[in-house]
Amino acid sequence: MNKVDALVAGDLKTDVPEFGAGDTLQVHTKVREGEKERIQIFEGVVIKRKGGGINATFTVRKISNGIGVERIFPVHSPNVDKIVKLRSGKVRRAKLYYLRGLRGKAARITEKR
Amino acid sequence: MAGIIGKKLGMTRLFDDNGRAVPATLVEAGPCYITQIKTQEKDGYRAIQMAFEDKKPKNTSRPVAGHFEKAGVGPKRYLREFKSFDTADELNLGDEIKVDSFSDGEKVTITGISRGKGFQGVMKRHGFGGGPKTHGQSDRPRAPGSIGQSSSPSKVFKGMKMGGRTGNDQVTLKKRRILKIVPEQNLIVIEGTIPGSKSSLILIKN
Repeated sequence: MNKVDALVAGDLKTDVPEFGAGDTLQVHTKVREGEKERIQIFEGVVIKRKGGGINATFTVRKISNGIGVERIFPVHSPNVDKIVKLRSGKVRRAKLYYLRGLRGKAARITEKR
Repeated sequence: MAGIIGKKLGMTRLFDDNGRAVPATLVEAGPCYITQIKTQEKDGYRAIQMAFEDKKPKNTSRPVAGHFEKAGVGPKRYLREFKSFDTADELNLGDEIKVDSFSDGEKVTITGISRGKGFQGVMKRHGFGGGPKTHGQSDRPRAPGSIGQSSSPSKVFKGMKMGGRTGNDQVTLKKRRILKIVPEQNLIVIEGTIPGSKSSLILIKN
């Protein structure tokens, strides 16, 4: 291992479930409000995974009150408390940017079995 | 002031106490050895000379090898001088300088040689805005515009910003924060970017 990777090796999470584009996730994030810390859940479809090692991120898209919302999470961020995989989707590409132009029934992803 | 010579290893990210990702550059610094102490009487100025990174004796010329022998250290690849060292009076030839002369959170000054970018236009080299893309323009988007007046003065003033060789310059950055020191591996982790490519020489002072 090179020295750059070795420095951050301890920061890498080992309990990250396997997931990819098209999967539906629940991302539990730590939110600090003043002194208190609580867990906020963001649920949606993964539209991309990007980067490797400590730099890896993923983007989750959901429709909130009729408006599309996307959030980018660093996989190894200490603020991402837990990632729960709800269902795995069957998709044919790695980046699901086409979902941005679709809504409702058309934006569904068939489940992988 | 304390100083050390190092080599840029590469960049990564660290997460701070708030969980925010902070860009970080790794520098492998030291161990450096004092090879010469310059004095006012003898050399006309005060400075210490430091050596960094081993090299093979067979690749070292005899005169240079003699210089290292005087300090009692093996041949090294790089020699650099530092002026106004705090502890200059206490240092002796052959003394080792390691990363532990710096501490976490300290602000340091970093000097290196920026990456050479070759011949570049004025937009990249000097941050010019370029010309308009539309309204009937052709071949103007990256042009510098006017470079002077008319028959008076009938010349282009010296120092006019134009295209040319870019990068490969000495760049000094001040007040860069040290995120972390790893003494076992001679590593200094600095917040943000620093000049130069991987394995380029870096001087760190505080």
